[in-house]
Amino acid sequence: MTTVLETRSLVKRFGGLAATNDISLVVERGARHALIGPNGAGKTTLINLLTGVLEPTSGTILLDGDDITTLASHLRVRRGVVRTFQINQLFNTLTPLSSLALAVSVHQGTSTRFWRPLGGDAAVAAACDDLLTRFRLADVMNQEVHSLAYGKRRLLEIALALACRPRVLLLDEPVAGVPQGERQEIFETINALPDDVSILLIEHDMDLVFNFAKTVTVLVNGAVFAEGDVETISNDPRVKAVYLGEDDAVGAHA
Amino acid sequence: MSAVGSQNSPAAKSLRAYARWRWWELALLAALPLSWLLLPGQSLLLNEIAIVALFAVSLDLILGYAGIVSLGHAAFFGFGSYAAALFAKNVMPDPLVGLVVATAASALLGLVTSVLILRGSDLTRLMVTLGVASILYELANKLDWLTGGADGLQGVVMGPLTIPFAPIAGFAFDLAGRVAYAYTIVVLIVVLLIARRLVHSPFGASLQALRDNRLRAASIGLSVPLRLVAVYTIAGGVAGAAGGLLAQTTGFSSLDVFDFHRSAEVMLVLVVGGTGYLYGGIFGAIVFKLLHDVISAWTPQYWNFWLGLFLVVLVLVGRERFVRPWTWFGRRHAP
Repeated sequence: MTTVLETRSLVKRFGGLAATNDISLVVERGARHALIGPNGAGKTTLINLLTGVLEPTSGTILLDGDDITTLASHLRVRRGVVRTFQINQLFNTLTPLSSLALAVSVHQGTSTRFWRPLGGDAAVAAACDDLLTRFRLADVMNQEVHSLAYGKRRLLEIALALACRPRVLLLDEPVAGVPQGERQEIFETINALPDDVSILLIEHDMDLVFNFAKTVTVLVNGAVFAEGDVETISNDPRVKAVYLGEDDAVGAHA
Repeated sequence: MSAVGSQNSPAAKSLRAYARWRWWELALLAALPLSWLLLPGQSLLLNEIAIVALFAVSLDLILGYAGIVSLGHAAFFGFGSYAAALFAKNVMPDPLVGLVVATAASALLGLVTSVLILRGSDLTRLMVTLGVASILYELANKLDWLTGGADGLQGVVMGPLTIPFAPIAGFAFDLAGRVAYAYTIVVLIVVLLIARRLVHSPFGASLQALRDNRLRAASIGLSVPLRLVAVYTIAGGVAGAAGGLLAQTTGFSSLDVFDFHRSAEVMLVLVVGGTGYLYGGIFGAIVFKLLHDVISAWTPQYWNFWLGLFLVVLVLVGRERFVRPWTWFGRRHAP
């Protein structure tokens, strides 16, 4: 296995608080890697560091062996590091179709075109059709995003990330707020991604995590607490202790 | 999927429909030359309206599409106005060349000042844009050897308006403003056609995307600062063209073009007409100027009172409902 994304001794301090404390993490090519941990463990902060939303206090981030620690956020996306957000971050006055068409254009290198219409490229429309069908958004593709039901917006959140043709996909609680019955469906779509796409998943639903992931990293207080395959982690008594009595709080986490 | 198949796919059809001409767009574009034919006695007023409309279209590009608030858009309008006047006075009197110069000069000003609007909040942008316009106002005031200072640049004589590559004599600007208004209409239509292509392109969609959510725009791989610089430069150029037209068709340029009331007025015009659909500036300019004309003819001293009342009512009722009087007394549905 080759390493795609790697952090070395990554630290992020907010004043006196070390939200990320000396994290060295390796994401392999084609990984199905889950990041778990109690609330406030620093999972989202780590994603923000990996995607360049936040700048680390110290440490390095490597993509395919290149140092991307200070690379601008949008350039990381163009190199294939794409994320979804725990709280939907969408283009509210655009339609799902124009949002996706824009994202596809960016990754075809045609988003700087100003003289041809957004739909002027047959490949863009084809990619949009595919995504709209896979995420069951075809029937609402011409409605403004803010008017969509929450479940549909959640699907668009993930579809937008896939429109960027990720090589490393960082999913920050992709099914947060999605009814139990629809969660599996979203995961089936994620599972259907090509094998060489590496996925780092933050999720609280342990059943989903243990079904999906091959590797699990447990974060506690900003540091790596345990790491291993699903078997090891699910039987680790220390990990159980961390989660003990938190099962109820987990579902309410927003 | 084959290229032929995808031409007829639902997404391809809908994407084409987004850029399709609406009937009212065509009606509006047809109404502009018709107004020249049907209202020959009103050319001076109409010319003024068309210039304000062009100025407001420029503001719509940055405010309506890219979400950049500005209280100093007159900086570009004024810069274009002085550029056109100075060019005609000192270099050559040809209006078309002068208009290109005014547009380019203001676009350059947009490029340079765009770094100021990249950071900070809306409040900082309001202050910074206001500041840039104030600085230019004072510069135009102090550099009186160049700009004429508080007296303005008087006696700008424009050459005849020639049609490029056409073997006919040019049209001299007349006192009734017939040539001036025709000139302004043509520029307005050309700018509208270009701006329309722009806003329906991937570039236009990216502006709306970063207006809605900058974080996500960056997260799909867009360089937010570069796009803001690009649209600010373009809008600067368009505002400069509007200012240039004013200087050329009125034959002078004064400090008034940089004044705060210009920036505030164009914002009002755009708010009255509606942001983010390209034509709001035109409808706004028509309503605003006609209101101004009608009310000030009726009660010259209190025109601001009635304008204020109109704006309050417009905002309270909402533009959507305001233009649909039949909905005023129905039940209001929750959005």
